[in-house]
Amino acid sequence: MSEEIVSRLQERFTEITPRESLDWPAVNCPARQWADLAAALREEYGYRFLMDVSGVDWKEEAPRFMVVYHLFSTRKHAYLRVAVACPEDKEPEVPSVVKVWPTADWHERETYDMFGIRFRGHPELKRILMWEDYPFHPLRKEFPLAGWETELPDREVAEQTGAKVIGAPMMGGPFVAPDEGPMSEREPRARDETWTEKNPKPKK
Amino acid sequence: MAKEATEVSYGDVLSRVSRGEGELQPDRMALSMGPSHPSTHGVLRLMLDLDGETVTRCEPVVGYLHRGDEKIAENMTYNQFVPYTDRLDYLAPLANNVAYALAVEKLAALEVPPRCQAIRVLVSEMSRVSSHLMGLGAYALDIGAMTVFLYTFTEREKLYTLFEELTGARFTTSYTRIGGVARDLPGGWLGKVDKFCDQFLPVLDDCNDLLTRNRIFLDRTEGVAEISKEDAIGYGLTGPNLRASGVPSDLRKDCPYSGYEHYEFDVPIGARGDCYDRYLVRFEEMRQSIRIIRQVIQSMPDGPWYAEEAKKIFAPPKDKVMTSMEELIQNFMIVTQGPQMPAGEVYFEAENPKGALGFYIVSKGGGVPYRLKIRSPSFCNLSILPKVARGCMIGDVVSLLGSFDFVMGECDS
Repeated sequence: MSEEIVSRLQERFTEITPRESLDWPAVNCPARQWADLAAALREEYGYRFLMDVSGVDWKEEAPRFMVVYHLFSTRKHAYLRVAVACPEDKEPEVPSVVKVWPTADWHERETYDMFGIRFRGHPELKRILMWEDYPFHPLRKEFPLAGWETELPDREVAEQTGAKVIGAPMMGGPFVAPDEGPMSEREPRARDETWTEKNPKPKK
Repeated sequence: MAKEATEVSYGDVLSRVSRGEGELQPDRMALSMGPSHPSTHGVLRLMLDLDGETVTRCEPVVGYLHRGDEKIAENMTYNQFVPYTDRLDYLAPLANNVAYALAVEKLAALEVPPRCQAIRVLVSEMSRVSSHLMGLGAYALDIGAMTVFLYTFTEREKLYTLFEELTGARFTTSYTRIGGVARDLPGGWLGKVDKFCDQFLPVLDDCNDLLTRNRIFLDRTEGVAEISKEDAIGYGLTGPNLRASGVPSDLRKDCPYSGYEHYEFDVPIGARGDCYDRYLVRFEEMRQSIRIIRQVIQSMPDGPWYAEEAKKIFAPPKDKVMTSMEELIQNFMIVTQGPQMPAGEVYFEAENPKGALGFYIVSKGGGVPYRLKIRSPSFCNLSILPKVARGCMIGDVVSLLGSFDFVMGECDS
């Protein structure tokens, strides 16, 4: 059954390709075809639920950013995964699907907040979990677990107190052994060593 | 900050009001409700525009409890993340533990033994009852019925005592491990759960008598904030909030996991999708959960309570670690490097008390996820607020929030 939906979609949308998956059927869709595919999936293929929108940062790989959608069909009780890669790495952007699934509104705002991926056609694309003036996108891979120093959201408080949002001290942070390298260096250590006693926190 | 006072004459105000200029309309008011307001159940903030008592615009502001759980998950092994799942929906930590463990086991293509599955179903349903008890009690309290809260909280305490006996903690249970649970059921514990069920149903009937035909409660909930089927689906509502709108969608039935297909239970749905239906659906779900709990107790299988053959995933028993070289090495590898997972991506959703809690895991192999996305039901449920709250009375917003039964720890992850 899983292959069936993918091949049926491929017949109609020539640019999509099957995607490797351990569970549900999955397809890759280029950003330029995503809006059409989304509308068709909802109206004709019965995927009435948009369950989840998730950004993925692939670091060095190209394209770097990808938005992964999980759709659910109440009729077939099955999910479909659609991965839409952002064509540009510098200013990642994909079309918005708020008009197809209204729930995409908050999901897309979250993805924008966390990854800086813009959604073309979103009615009000602004941050949702972090505050409006926050300068970083925390789920990008270059952002350290400890965080970077920033201004407080409330200017008045910042002026009065001189306080800043500071990175979290990671001493004793989560310990994990690295997967690669010689055994002698594979002792468990804090994965994020941006701020330890030996390495001072880098200035951004 | 004190602004310079300017003198405004009464005539001036009147003429500006008649021209409809923003700030000086006496019936229009902007109200910031929360982030610390008793009815917002946590740190939700609502920016309301009011016209008299009617809400003309509602904008939820979330994120006050954002802790970056997804970032944290990328920096630790799969087992280390279990305690963080307690703090998502902190009213049903056991159900979160189970959902997370099942997601990672799906990635590992690992099936746990029947006893482990049954234990997980049991604790999930118990935490569903405890979460709904809290939701129900707090909801009734919000709209003025104090007594119910005392009843439900007493019962919830009894459940927490049972959780404590099972997991060692009342609130943050961290009970599951990848490939099993932290420990087997203590002796005699199932009998205590059975006893709890026996005395719980009469109390539930008492609560029913106090609320379901209560005129004041009906006036506050019936016909308030109706959500149509289409809206509920479009906005990605899940759990009781979706079913109250008449959509018979329950993942325990649709995509059964952890052996839910072996148990008999009904999925209650609402007719109108108003606050009253959401209350009724939750109420009936508790009865159904008790039904499932009783079936689990009766059919609890014997045998191992963790996946014994998965030696690279589940840490060996402590006594063997202390006496055998091989187990010591296994234990060391699992603790330091994490349970070893294949590369690939999976998405798993479980039917939690608040709705479908989903985990999307991207793995590049090894013991640490490359990306872990949490699909939290409260986040999606709250996204419909701007649409539903518009046109409500300000007092109905309190009723609406209570009927949604959201948890900010989960919404803000």
